[in-house]
Amino acid sequence: MKFNIVVLAKQVPDTKNVGKDAMKADGTVNRAALPAIFNPEDLNALEQALRIKDKFPGTTVSLLSMGPVRAAEVLREGLYRGADKGYLLSGREFAGSDSLATSYALSCAIRKMGKVDMIICGRQAIDGDTAQTGPQVAEKLGFPQITYAEEIVDVTEKTITVKRRVERGVEVLKGKLPMLVTVNGTAAPCRPRNAKRVMKYKYAKTASELQAVGTDYMEFYEEHDYLHLVEWGANDIEHDPKWLGLSGSPTKVKGIENVVFTAKESKKLTADDAEIEGMIKELIANHTIG
Amino acid sequence: MNNLIVYLEIEDGIVADVSLELLTKGRTLADELKCNLEAVAIGYQLDKIGEQVFPYGVDMLYLADDKRLSPYTTLPHASVLVNLFKEIKPQIAFMGATSVGRDLGPRVSSALFSGLTADCTALEIGTYEDRKARKTYENLLYQIRPAFGGNIVATIVNPDCRPQMATVREGVMKKEIRDPNHKGTVKKLDVSKYVSDEDFVMEVIERHMEKSKLNIKGAPIIVAGGYGMGSAENFKMLFDLADTLGGEVGASRAAVDAGFVEHERQIGQTGVTVRPKLYIACGISGQIQHIAGMQESSMIIAINNDANAPINTIADYVITGNVEEVVPKMIKYYRKNSK
Ligand SMILES: Cc1cc2nc3c(=O)[nH]c(=O)nc-3n(C[C@H](O)[C@H](O)[C@H](O)COP(=O)(O)OP(=O)(O)OC[C@H]3O[C@@H](n4cnc5c(N)ncnc54)[C@H](O)[C@@H]3O)c2cc1C
Ligand SMILES: Nc1ncnc2c1ncn2[C@@H]1O[C@H](COP(=O)(O)O)[C@@H](O)[C@H]1O
Repeated sequence: MKFNIVVLAKQVPDTKNVGKDAMKADGTVNRAALPAIFNPEDLNALEQALRIKDKFPGTTVSLLSMGPVRAAEVLREGLYRGADKGYLLSGREFAGSDSLATSYALSCAIRKMGKVDMIICGRQAIDGDTAQTGPQVAEKLGFPQITYAEEIVDVTEKTITVKRRVERGVEVLKGKLPMLVTVNGTAAPCRPRNAKRVMKYKYAKTASELQAVGTDYMEFYEEHDYLHLVEWGANDIEHDPKWLGLSGSPTKVKGIENVVFTAKESKKLTADDAEIEGMIKELIANHTIG
Repeated sequence: MNNLIVYLEIEDGIVADVSLELLTKGRTLADELKCNLEAVAIGYQLDKIGEQVFPYGVDMLYLADDKRLSPYTTLPHASVLVNLFKEIKPQIAFMGATSVGRDLGPRVSSALFSGLTADCTALEIGTYEDRKARKTYENLLYQIRPAFGGNIVATIVNPDCRPQMATVREGVMKKEIRDPNHKGTVKKLDVSKYVSDEDFVMEVIERHMEKSKLNIKGAPIIVAGGYGMGSAENFKMLFDLADTLGGEVGASRAAVDAGFVEHERQIGQTGVTVRPKLYIACGISGQIQHIAGMQESSMIIAINNDANAPINTIADYVITGNVEEVVPKMIKYYRKNSK
C-alpha cells in the first residue's frame, strides 16, 4: 500500500519579531521586512505525513507552498526532514490573496498534481491565526475534512482514523479517503533535519532561483532530477482568473490602526509594606474585595 | 429578507454561551440595520432551544432536527447552512470562534464565496468607500480584529459578497437578555431537502467532552500571572492570593507556553476574554493580545519590576516591585484587614 500525500506549508513572518514597518499603507503585510519561518503547525503536519511514509514506504510526501520566490526555503527545509518533492506556486497573479483566494489557487495546483489521497496542513498560520485555508481547500476539492488533529491513528487503503483535540475534549473520527486533515500544535513535533538529506538537497532550486545562479551549476542541476523544485505560475494551473488574487478575495481591509491605549490615572506604589496595606484597605473600603 | 443570522452551537441540548453572546450583539446590530434577528439550530431533539434563545430577541428560529445531525460533524451541518443561506440570503452570519465554528465557517464561506473574518473583537455597522471603483457602500459589517502579531487593529469588510461572515471567541461579547417574554417564530426544516446521504461519511468512534471545570470568565476577581512569574512553583502564590480573595488564576500566553499553568487559563486574543471586578496582573508585560482579553476589567492592579511595562498604562494601581515580595504582602494585609 502506498499513498500520495500533499502537505501544505506556508512561509510566515516570525510574529514574535515583528517591527513597526510590518504593514504597508494598503493594509497588506510587508513580508520583505520580516524574518521568515516555516509555519510551526505545518511542521506538525509534515511529521504526520512522514509517519505514514515510515509505515508505508512507497508513499510520496509532496510539499506545496504558495508565496514569493523565497518561500522555496520551506520546501528545502521539508526535503531535509524527509519530504520527497517540493512545489511552489508563485507569481503576481496571486498577490493580495485572502484565505479564500489562497485556497482556490492551492486547490487548482493540487488538481494538477494528480490523484491525491490525503492533504495534510497546519491548523492555522501564525501570521493571521485564521485557520480557514484547510477547510476551504477541502471544500473546493470536494474532500471531507478533519480539523484539530492530534494524531493520525490509522490509515487503510480506503479509510483514515484521526484523533482530534478540541477545547473540551477529544474525539476519534473515521472517514473515507481522500481526506484533508489539519494538524494542531499539540501533535508530535517534527523530526529534525537529516544530515545526509541536507547534503543532498542543499542545491535544490526552483526555476526562478536557478536564473540567479551561474551557468557552471546548470549541468549538475540538469543531471540530477531530485534538485528540481517545481515552480508553477498562474499559467501552469487551470484556473479562472477572477478567483485569484485581489479579485478572488471577498474580504477587503478597510483600514488599520495602531493601538493606543488611553492611559489611566494610576496610583504609583512600591513594594513597601505601608503602601501595600494602604491599597488593600482602599480596595476593601470600596468593596472591590472582601 | 436579508436578515442577520446566528449559528447556534449546542452541546447536550444547551445552547453555548458564545452563541447567546452573538445573539446579544446580533440583536443590537439588527436593530441598527432594521432587519430581523434569526438563529439556526442543527442537531437532535431541539424542542427546548426556542425557550433558551427567544429572550435574546430572536425573531425567527430555524430548526434542523434529525438524529443523524448530532453529534456535530462537518459535512451535514455545512450542507444545511449552505442550502439555507442560499434560500434565505442573510446579509450577515455569525458563529462562535470555537472548534465547531472554525471547522464549519470556512467550509460554508468557501461554498458560498462569501468572505469570513475569524476571531473578531468588535463588530460594527458603517460605510465603506471603494476609491478605485468610486463606489460607496452603506451599512456594511465592520469586522474588527487585532492583526499580525499585535500593535495594529484591522477593520475588514466584504463589500460585494453575502453573507458577511464573522467568528467571535467566547466571552468577547456581552450576554444580555433582551426581553424575557419575547416569543419568536419557529420554522422546522425538512432536513432531507438540505443534506444528502454522502454527507454522512464520518463516523464518530469515540467522544469525550467535558464541561469546563474552570470558570475564569465568571470569576469576579482574577489573579493573572505572566512569564515574569518565572516558574510553575512561583504560580502557587497566585493560587494562594486567588483563594484568599475568592478569585481564579489566569495567565498570559507566555506563561502557558512555558508550561507554568494549563492552556484553559490563558487570557487574551487567543484565550478567554474576561471583565472581572478586579484584575491583578503579576509579571505580565501587557502586549496587545493579552490586553485585548482583559482591558474591560473594572479595576486593574499591575505588579511588575519594570516601571515602564506597557500594562502599567492601563492599570489603576501600578506597583513597581518583585512579585515574590508583593504578592505575599497582599495576602498578609488582606488577612489582617478583612473580617
Ligand atoms: C497571533 C497572536 C496571538 C496571541 N494571543 C495571546 C493571548 O491570547 N494572550 C496572551 O497573553 N498573549 C498572546 N500572544 C502573545 C503576546 O504577544 C505576548 O508574547 C505575551 O502576552 C507575553 O506574555 P508575558 O507578558 O507574560 O511575558 P513577557 O512579555 O516576557 O513579560 C514578562 C514581564 O514580567 C516582568 N517581570 C519579570 N520578572 C519579574 C518579577 N520577579 N516581578 C515582577 N515582574 C517581573 C517583566 O518586566 C515583563 O514585563 C499572542 C501573540 C500572537 C502573535
Ligand atoms: N500560502 C500558503 N501556502 C501553502 N499552505 C498554506 C498557505 N496558506 C495557508 N496554508 C495552509 O493552511 C493552514 C492554515 O492557514 P491559515 O488559514 O492562514 O491560518 C496553514 O497552516 C498551511 O498549512
